[in-house]
Amino acid sequence: MTVTTGTYRGMLAETVTIRGAGDDPIYAYQARPLGPGPFPGVVLFHHRPGWDDWYHHATRLFADRGYLAICPDLYARAGHGEPDDVAAKVRAEGDVPDAQVVADGQGAIDHLRTLPTSNGKVGVFGTCSGGRHAYLAACQATGVDACADLWGGRVVMAEDELNDRYPVAPIDLTEQLDCPLLGIFGLEDRSPSPEEVDQHEARLRELGKDYEFHRYDGAGHGFFYHDRPNNYRAEQALDGWQKVWRFFDEHLR
Amino acid sequence: MCTDITEHATLTGSAKGPQGWFTAASAEVAYDHPTHATVEHAIMVSVRDGDADGQQRVAVELDRSSARDLARALLRAADAADDYEGDR
Repeated sequence: MTVTTGTYRGMLAETVTIRGAGDDPIYAYQARPLGPGPFPGVVLFHHRPGWDDWYHHATRLFADRGYLAICPDLYARAGHGEPDDVAAKVRAEGDVPDAQVVADGQGAIDHLRTLPTSNGKVGVFGTCSGGRHAYLAACQATGVDACADLWGGRVVMAEDELNDRYPVAPIDLTEQLDCPLLGIFGLEDRSPSPEEVDQHEARLRELGKDYEFHRYDGAGHGFFYHDRPNNYRAEQALDGWQKVWRFFDEHLR
Repeated sequence: MCTDITEHATLTGSAKGPQGWFTAASAEVAYDHPTHATVEHAIMVSVRDGDADGQQRVAVELDRSSARDLARALLRAADAADDYEGDR
């Protein structure tokens, strides 16, 4: 979407309640452009630090770019509190189960399609654990039209990392992926390591999947996070965001 | 990304958080992305109350070197306390 000085820009951003796994009511932050649309949708899967300000900000960024955006609180069952306290509680409990996250994501996907200004297409986006969750949703949820996995770790998992909460390594679900995939990674990241990204790419290529991977020099984990000076890499982040917008514009509009 | 490193401890004592003193019942020690410390990963200590909600928390985020310094200081103090009490 090209934005000019003559473009009308407006949005409504608010906390809403959607139905997640087990039909549980969970909070989600929704930002949607004003106007008749129709607009494509994007579900944002937040990262391990929780349902925090960066993800609320990113949700508004998507709306400003003309997307119906929603970011469900994947840690809702741990109760309310400051995001870091809730995230610490979830970490102490051994993380949220993959199946629950995918079902929460499905609830958000279905919710976006019910909006009167939806164009019927929905993508998924996530960073860090959210990148992994977005990929899981692309493989396991229904109605995903495009997936952006930004440095999702543990897509490749060793047998001894699997448990009740993580029963299957996401890479082993690749056959079920039936939408275009964008991958963005830092070459100085350790999770996913460059070798794991290569392994994931080899599997996608072997199965003939529609994907594009972009690897950035001088960037490690979380290099889009402007609120984390230690992680943020302005040049790489600016280029990466352009790739995100181009990818979703191409596949969802 | 996030690591899967989390250790647990059972505590008997008290801690002071934003709402004042509370009974400290447990602690988690993780190595993961910090919220405030300016390192990519930090040793993150959460001291918690015994309520089911675990609403009261004192959080500390340290780099690995200072986490070891703190751990050694705790052990030195506990050893000295054992000597003082004649427990060893």
